[in-house]
Amino acid sequence: MAQFRTCPDTGLYFHKSAESLIKANAVAAAVALLVAGLLGLLVVLTRWQAVHLLPADQFYMALTAHGIDALIFWIIFFEMAVLYVASSVLLRCRLATPAWGWVQFLLMLVGAVMTNVAIFQGSSSVMMTSYVPMQAAPHFYLGLILFAVGALIGCFIFFGTLVVAKQEKSYEGSIPLVTFGAVTAAIIAVFTIASGAIILIPTFLWSIGYIAHIDAEMYRVVWWGMGHSSQQINVAAHVAIWYLIAGLVFGARPMSEKVSRGAYLLYILFLQLACAHHILVDPGISAEWKVFNTSYAMYLAVLASMIHGLTVPGSIEVAQRGKGFNNGLFEWLRKAPWENPVFSSMFISLVTFGFLGGITGVVMGTEQINLIIHNTIYVPAHFHATVVTGTTMAFMAVTYFLIPVLFRRQMILPGLAKLQPYIFGGGMTILVLFMLGAGTLGVSRRHWDMDFTGAALGFDYPGMAYTLMGIGAFGGVIGVIGGGIFLLITVGSLVFGKKLEPSAGLLQSFGFPLAASCYTDKRPETLPRAAPLPAGHHTSSFEAPGTFVLALVLLVTFVVYYFINWKYLASVWQLS
Amino acid sequence: MTETSKKPGEDQEERIPAMQSLLDNPFLLLFIGVAMPTVFYIVWGIMEIVTIPVAP
Repeated sequence: MAQFRTCPDTGLYFHKSAESLIKANAVAAAVALLVAGLLGLLVVLTRWQAVHLLPADQFYMALTAHGIDALIFWIIFFEMAVLYVASSVLLRCRLATPAWGWVQFLLMLVGAVMTNVAIFQGSSSVMMTSYVPMQAAPHFYLGLILFAVGALIGCFIFFGTLVVAKQEKSYEGSIPLVTFGAVTAAIIAVFTIASGAIILIPTFLWSIGYIAHIDAEMYRVVWWGMGHSSQQINVAAHVAIWYLIAGLVFGARPMSEKVSRGAYLLYILFLQLACAHHILVDPGISAEWKVFNTSYAMYLAVLASMIHGLTVPGSIEVAQRGKGFNNGLFEWLRKAPWENPVFSSMFISLVTFGFLGGITGVVMGTEQINLIIHNTIYVPAHFHATVVTGTTMAFMAVTYFLIPVLFRRQMILPGLAKLQPYIFGGGMTILVLFMLGAGTLGVSRRHWDMDFTGAALGFDYPGMAYTLMGIGAFGGVIGVIGGGIFLLITVGSLVFGKKLEPSAGLLQSFGFPLAASCYTDKRPETLPRAAPLPAGHHTSSFEAPGTFVLALVLLVTFVVYYFINWKYLASVWQLS
Repeated sequence: MTETSKKPGEDQEERIPAMQSLLDNPFLLLFIGVAMPTVFYIVWGIMEIVTIPVAP
């Protein structure tokens, strides 16, 4: 039976079942992003004190749904698509157990809908963290459990597909680096889902009365094994996408596969331990546990991110210099295709993830200076830098690439698409920067009313905090417009885009296979081992001097910012 | 220059470095990647909590 299709533009091979599942998961992710974005707009317009749009109960409901739809449903649906691309497509093999793939998709879909229904019924405004003893409706927890089970099935289909590829010898040598990045993401996902199961199943039983008590501290520790690790899946996945796009757009090869794989190994070993920074101010947990898991283990994971942050742009620089862009330190960067949203979105992702998400993450993971900003709006500023400008923009970049390749539709509104990464990235960067500032002034996260109207113990934030929140919210509105443009272009392309293949109809945009004639029963050619690097190719950073300078700028920025935070701690917490 | 005699098929059976063997084994990586945070974060963290004395 004909099972494989070759993309005439890129030469990529698509197994029919994998192709349908990639489409279905990507479309579900886009729907979650739409819901999350609309709710995000309501949240920023409420935290913007001059507007203060929603009443308290609706604000907490919108914030709960925004958090879960953005941080869980949008991201993990898309990551399922990434896993199928990284296994079946890149390894040129059939997908293992496609029927279970549909079980994965349906469980995740039912779970996502169920949790959203629970939230919008109004009885589950418990925030994404759903800390006990706050109690949500039982179907809030059940939806999350079903979603997690679906995602776990997706991970094991991914590992099964690796076995299929190896057994059928669809590739030579080691798996490609992008697939290795997906392996890292899948490993972190398994730990994430296991942690979720350990805590959410008893919490569900507690919500229906079978368990009398859940210990609040136990819940916090185990829940963050899921809550933060789920965001570490993103890191591994979006770094894999950085490498993929560097290869696709520039023909770039990693500066050193060994170093890049070693950096991924550091993620596998240490990245998940960073969950502990959420517990840094909790009593009852020893300093040894906190210090090991954050100030030692986490820095090794940060080291891995710094390696990727050096090698991805470094590989682009080497490829560009190979094409003759050799003038000065940065001609390779100036002459990059800035009007191609695949590249611009990916590069903004890389820069903002490093400069904003990475540096603030280290500050949050340091036990002492964490005290300045713990539970302030600095925290959502940090994870909007990592998950929104970092992960989401990387996912947007690869979506632009996949519209013609996977969906066989031409992208609509190409002029607007050139601008979209700048609108979205610019708006969200403003949001992040000004929320960081407001957090440093102590503005609390999550709280509906900065004025504390009617509170028994009032508190007056400085006027600057209101200004910073207002400017940040303005950036958030621009970001939502940018996200809306992304969805307009991508979903509009699936519906109205010119067909690049006559059978690419509306149903085919949402998961149905193309016409049978597009597929062949001939197996793809074996993916050859990567060719040796050309003679004279070195792996030192001086081969990419521009990137080396950028890395030094990052380092200096980090050192200065780190010092400022310690200085600030000394001024706000005077012990003498 | 000296020449070393090679048996037929020796080139194909090139010894794979230990680190590469590790990186080429996704299930070993899965085990390590789940065991590390389970031991250092979950189990150690839970042990800390259960040893907190109960308030009188």
